[in-house]
Amino acid sequence: MKQAELLIIGGGPAGLCAAISAASSGASVLVAERNKNLGGQLVKQTHMFFGSEKQYASTRGIDITGILLHELNKYKENVEIMTDTTIVGMFEDGVVTALHKEDNYFKIKPNAVVVATGAFEKALAFPNNDLPGIYGAGAVQTLMNVYGVKPGNKVLMVGAGNIGLIVSYQLMQAGVQVVAILDAAPKIGGYLVHASKIRRMGVPILTSHTVKKAIGKEFLEKAIVCQVDDKFNQVEGTEMEFDVDVMCISVGLTPLNELLSMRGCQMKYVPQLSGMVPLRNDNYETSIENVFAAGDTTGVEEASAAMVEGYLAGLCAAAKIGHMTDDFEERKNDYVKQLESLRSGPVGKHILSGIEQIVIKGEQYV
Amino acid sequence: MRIEQHPILQFQKGKKLKFTFNGEEVEGFDGETIAAALHAAGVKVLGRSLFLHRPRGFYCAIGNCSSCLMTVNGRANVKTCVTDLEEGMVVETQEGKGVII
Repeated sequence: MKQAELLIIGGGPAGLCAAISAASSGASVLVAERNKNLGGQLVKQTHMFFGSEKQYASTRGIDITGILLHELNKYKENVEIMTDTTIVGMFEDGVVTALHKEDNYFKIKPNAVVVATGAFEKALAFPNNDLPGIYGAGAVQTLMNVYGVKPGNKVLMVGAGNIGLIVSYQLMQAGVQVVAILDAAPKIGGYLVHASKIRRMGVPILTSHTVKKAIGKEFLEKAIVCQVDDKFNQVEGTEMEFDVDVMCISVGLTPLNELLSMRGCQMKYVPQLSGMVPLRNDNYETSIENVFAAGDTTGVEEASAAMVEGYLAGLCAAAKIGHMTDDFEERKNDYVKQLESLRSGPVGKHILSGIEQIVIKGEQYV
Repeated sequence: MRIEQHPILQFQKGKKLKFTFNGEEVEGFDGETIAAALHAAGVKVLGRSLFLHRPRGFYCAIGNCSSCLMTVNGRANVKTCVTDLEEGMVVETQEGKGVII
């Protein structure tokens, strides 16, 4: 049985920030990451971030991991990092089970845990949606930006949120044709600055449109698209055909919440947060004492918010297990203010209406 | 289908590696995943669904959805989207659920 003071599950933006925050408070931190590299999905985000300087605005996502690891390295005597390590179970007696490289199975007994497992791309239901060539937009981003491989020649992007818009732009940077971007909603969901950039490059953005079906034998060959009415019903006679070999599904993400559910944390379905999320207090502690959660697993947002949530949860988790720093209140208030500022726009309002449903006020949950 | 020129990124390819896909020799590069190497070589169909035997490609590319499971070096259910390519790997389309060794 491996002992750890604070176990952080997930080495993405939220997990790394939780580690920095907790280690700088004096806690011994063990970070478990299932991939071989740290940084989570920052590894493929070639675009510059928004937000303010504190969340690395104007820095490309791909460069943020390096900045965070440099920061974490300052506290290296307090930090142990295990990559290629998947946490596969969390049990009632506090034992956590882990699998290293699919060969070495072992147990960990931490005093507290921060779950920062992130999120996962949703799928969209239409006939033949399982054909090869139909990929998550994030998957295509990984293929292109990490491995330098084109997903195909002609792409239909489904979803005009920020990921759909950004990945469309990145496809064009990689020399791949984007024939159109669809969204079932009557309005473009992503930032208009991204949408304008794409329109200027000649790609139509078809709002109130959806995929009627995909056509292909062994892989995608064509997509049939149609309009939807204000109740999202397909409108007969509005079909259009696109010759495409790739369809990117960018209809949002949903929290990866399996470990929290397994541990018995009280969960709630909150549409504004994109799925089942844990109830928590202001300190990001769940209904199970000493089990904290941060980042997309507590509700899907941008990486900027995930990082600040990570800092906050790491700070509070460290304090809970005996590493209360002199500047605790000051740091906590700073993180709270940063989150408020990130959530000040219309999207933030939507997120806040979701958060209201899961936060139990006060320091103590139970 | 590899990206030749990119305005932001530079792809430093690793050493060229040889592996086999269903018995045929394929080339990839050190540092990339099995699924990325196969896709670059034009292979989109990685497996078949259990009951209807429909073609399966990758979907999430982050090791989460199990759409890319293949048999690698005789071992079933390998997540090829997050498993690094190695010289001489024997990669095969998996039939059925596979057997854990």
